[in-house]
Amino acid sequence: MLRFTIRRILQIIPTIVVVALLIFVIFSVVPGSFASSLFSDGKTAADPQLMARLNEQLGLDKPVHQRFLTYVGDLAQLDLGTSFRTRRPVLELINERIWASLQLAVAAMIFAVVVAVPLGFLAALRPGSILDTVTMVGAVSGLSMPQFWLGLLLMYVFALQLNWLPSFGYGDGSLRNLILPAITLGVTPLALLARTTRAGVLDVLNGDFVRTAHAKGLSEAQVVRRHVARNALVLIITTVGLLFGSLIGQAVVIEKLFAWPGIGSLLVDSVAMRDIPVVQGTILVIVVWFLVINTAVDVIYALVDPRIKQE
Amino acid sequence: MKLGFNLILGGVLTALVILAGLLAPWLAHFDPVLDADLMNAELPPDATYWFGTDAQGRDVYSRILYGAQISLTVGIVSQIINTFIGVALGMSAAYWGGWWDDIVNGLTNVMLAIPSLIFALAVMAVLGPGLVSLLIALGLTNWSWTCRIARSSTLSLKSLGYVQAAQTLGYSDTRIMFTQILPNIMGPVLVMATLGMGSAVLSEAALSFLGLGIQPPFPSWGSMLTDARQMIQIAPWTAIFPGMAIFLAVLGFNLLGDGLRDMLDPHMRTRKL
Repeated sequence: MLRFTIRRILQIIPTIVVVALLIFVIFSVVPGSFASSLFSDGKTAADPQLMARLNEQLGLDKPVHQRFLTYVGDLAQLDLGTSFRTRRPVLELINERIWASLQLAVAAMIFAVVVAVPLGFLAALRPGSILDTVTMVGAVSGLSMPQFWLGLLLMYVFALQLNWLPSFGYGDGSLRNLILPAITLGVTPLALLARTTRAGVLDVLNGDFVRTAHAKGLSEAQVVRRHVARNALVLIITTVGLLFGSLIGQAVVIEKLFAWPGIGSLLVDSVAMRDIPVVQGTILVIVVWFLVINTAVDVIYALVDPRIKQE
Repeated sequence: MKLGFNLILGGVLTALVILAGLLAPWLAHFDPVLDADLMNAELPPDATYWFGTDAQGRDVYSRILYGAQISLTVGIVSQIINTFIGVALGMSAAYWGGWWDDIVNGLTNVMLAIPSLIFALAVMAVLGPGLVSLLIALGLTNWSWTCRIARSSTLSLKSLGYVQAAQTLGYSDTRIMFTQILPNIMGPVLVMATLGMGSAVLSEAALSFLGLGIQPPFPSWGSMLTDARQMIQIAPWTAIFPGMAIFLAVLGFNLLGDGLRDMLDPHMRTRKL
């Protein structure tokens, strides 16, 4: 088990290196520099002397290959560079924001799991019933809806019309501020998870051991609890993990909509400001998050189902 | 062959979006960009302005019809690029194997590690906002799943008799790939492309919302929603109708994709995610 875990962890390192390289290449061809976006008012050209001085200070006057070596060297020491705009270490900026993102992602996932798993279960136990139809129609609708549109409508109804919840912001970090963004972000994973749970449970229900359990004379509740739930849980846990990893990517839009101070809104603001070190650093952190969670899912999967490890 | 409910509803919704886009010049009551009139700004829906007017007094209904053209362009063109990249890489990787297969596999894994919206955002940040950048960004984003499917389907076809017969007859590799393999992997690839159209339309809306997509005054559904955000309290119809248009279009593509998959591969029905 330990060897399997270590091997899976080692496997993500090359991916991270290639992603870092890809990000560097993409952003070294960006037209329009930070200096020009800072000094130009859009009508007249920026003062070339001023721009040259800033470029020198930021190290942007050096050739690309030299910048790349510095970037890789810093990265190896877990230094993500310094923000052009605030002149603060990128890692520090990300550290300030990542907890809010984590909070939002966890809350969204809890909402999705609590609603989707029971619904998916019940739908699978009564295929073709009204509940099943409603759940599946709801799921495909949830997947087809622009998330921020749903967020906008929720904001309109619950914040602006009914005044029950704050419409945006982190506030003092209370649960009230978290509810609307978490529900909005949770809808897509909810829809996917409900479909997966239903499909997984249906699959298990067709198994021979379920027929045997029924034949032994167990009540339906006992069959579901002892045999179906346990076997379906493997698939559900995996799906939850994978969805959790992908949440941070989708959170970008939701964080922006609700002015949530996470790394998603940090990324979008930095893109607008052409603050390249922050953009590179944030994307890298998001990718690492995604890979680490996927690896964790693999390891948990192998723990739950020993057949995986042997493959 | 029995046509599924998904396929029919998806087909109808998709057809509606296509018709709305094609017939926009005849169906629209006003010009989507030029007919701005501040005297008529933020009017609620009525007999003249079916879906109300926006902050510049433009007819929301007419803008949604023209917006269908943009959404369809984004969906179709980005999926053509995606499918081309995915099929070319996946099919050749499986057919030739060796180091080329390793490179393609590595590249696919890297692409799958970057959340698609984040990748598209990075590409948009480099290329700058606009329709062409958007088509490139979304075209480069989602090919990895197509590539995987093309690769695994090709792998299973490679050992079949008729492909080996073609090899024995001395057909060139490209000829075998195009005439023997490609027609037989098109089914699952088509399903991916149809589902991909839905996610492309959603991504367009998200990127426009972040200020990186289609720029005003062009009537993209995403940028209409962006404008609506500022005035949701006074003119909620400016948010409701464009969002509804995106929802119905994406629902159409998703149902059509699901329906095609059920039709082409009945085994998938129980396993579908």
